[in-house]
Amino acid sequence: MGVIVATGLTKRYGATLAVDAIDFAVSRGQTVGLLGGNGAGKTTTIAMLLGLLIPTAGSIFILGHDMARDRFAALAQMNFSSPYVALPARLTVAENLRVYGHLYNVPHAEARIAELADELHLRDLLARRAGELSAGQKTRVALAKSLINRPRVLLLDEPTASLDPDTGDMVRTWLERYRAASGCTILLASHNMAEVERLCSQVLMMKQGRIVDRGAPAELLARHGRENLEQVFLDIARNRTAAAEALA
Amino acid sequence: MTGAYASARRIWGLIYRHIALYRASWPRLIELAYWPTLQLCIWGFTASFFAARLGNPGAVAAGGLLGGVLLWEVALRTQMGLALGFLEEIWSRNLGHVFVSPLRPWELVAALVGVSALRVVVGLLPALVLAYLLYAFDILTIGLVLIPFVANLMVMGWWVALGVISLILRHGAGAEALAWSVLFGLTPFSAVFYPVSALPASIRPVALALPSAHVFEGMRAALAGQGVAWGHLAWATGLNALWLAGAVLLFANQFRSARLRGALISIGE
Repeated sequence: MGVIVATGLTKRYGATLAVDAIDFAVSRGQTVGLLGGNGAGKTTTIAMLLGLLIPTAGSIFILGHDMARDRFAALAQMNFSSPYVALPARLTVAENLRVYGHLYNVPHAEARIAELADELHLRDLLARRAGELSAGQKTRVALAKSLINRPRVLLLDEPTASLDPDTGDMVRTWLERYRAASGCTILLASHNMAEVERLCSQVLMMKQGRIVDRGAPAELLARHGRENLEQVFLDIARNRTAAAEALA
Repeated sequence: MTGAYASARRIWGLIYRHIALYRASWPRLIELAYWPTLQLCIWGFTASFFAARLGNPGAVAAGGLLGGVLLWEVALRTQMGLALGFLEEIWSRNLGHVFVSPLRPWELVAALVGVSALRVVVGLLPALVLAYLLYAFDILTIGLVLIPFVANLMVMGWWVALGVISLILRHGAGAEALAWSVLFGLTPFSAVFYPVSALPASIRPVALALPSAHVFEGMRAALAGQGVAWGHLAWATGLNALWLAGAVLLFANQFRSARLRGALISIGE
């Protein structure tokens, strides 16, 4: 059974259909990429999975919990990171992590904070205010926050956006290591195709609220006759095919 | 871990977030005490002036004024404390993280209630001490009835703040100015500095629908040595229960509506 199971998931804002009856399931330990252009419905889908948004129709089960009825039981075992959601800038890194240690009822929170500080090289940043950190440091802190409760399900919205290649690679390496060690299930929305090819075993391609293609990165490349996911992404976004492009 | 312990820890987590914020910022701490102290000075000197001119009746009126200032600040600071605690999460763009944690909406409110109570204590303590030092006004002379009076004013602050938060959930951060202004708008009807009978007859029903008017009528009776005005206390408590129930329903409704409209994602924008 899937750790994340979405069935007929739909979100409508008035006349606008943001997500159109999508179905997908993510198995334990999988990293699944959610790809699509701006306005494809990725963020809306993630918001529904997190319980921030009530679907117009359809159902979501995470770790066996129906998100419509029992979302808090699932949320305790999940976490989320996005560069578009900040941590309080005036609090120190340690204070921020302590707050989330309490919110997620993390046992031995101070030990967990120390552990994450060592693993993500945050030791020197713990006493600094979150607002004083560089983009790369903020991302590492956000990652620490998202791992504070040793989540079984991790939802990541463009986790390496605006990071330099070195920091981006460090974050990706850490995510790979964490998933391998913990069996965590990861759903990743990203515009970085190289990142998706590296991290994801499955990809869901979204366009205009629908899942228009899905499969392992290698399957998608073969099906579209392309060498990388960026080309596949452009094919889908622009309704073009490799054959038509060759003829042109 | 039991559910009650987990709940208490989540509530404490959010209270700790605000304590950490104030601990690191002395301007914020000063701001908490600034307005209550300023109000007390202005009204205190005015009251002293009238007391010196009018003798004993003036002294009684002065006591009423000072008591009114201090007790009304309880309601004001409680309301602002809760509403600003919520706005703080919007301003720091942290609301998304808070709402995807296992923190229940009622726990969020409970935490903000705790924060508002702390803000009242820190904000009013200097004013209480000053009232005693400058004007020899000891609010404790009201007696034990002060406790239910203060409790009623705090409850009023909470339900007004829940109403403000509901409006912010509905209309976004554009409604945030209400966090500062809405309770000031109720001051004329709350009979803080004058009895309800001083109001025009057409406005009295509005005043009597507010718990604060009953609290201040009761306070004046206590300061005038007329004992506990049980009737006013009962009215204040009953009205608070009604208004609070309405505000909780409104908040629950607007929170759900915000989850339907996607407002929790875009509320700070």
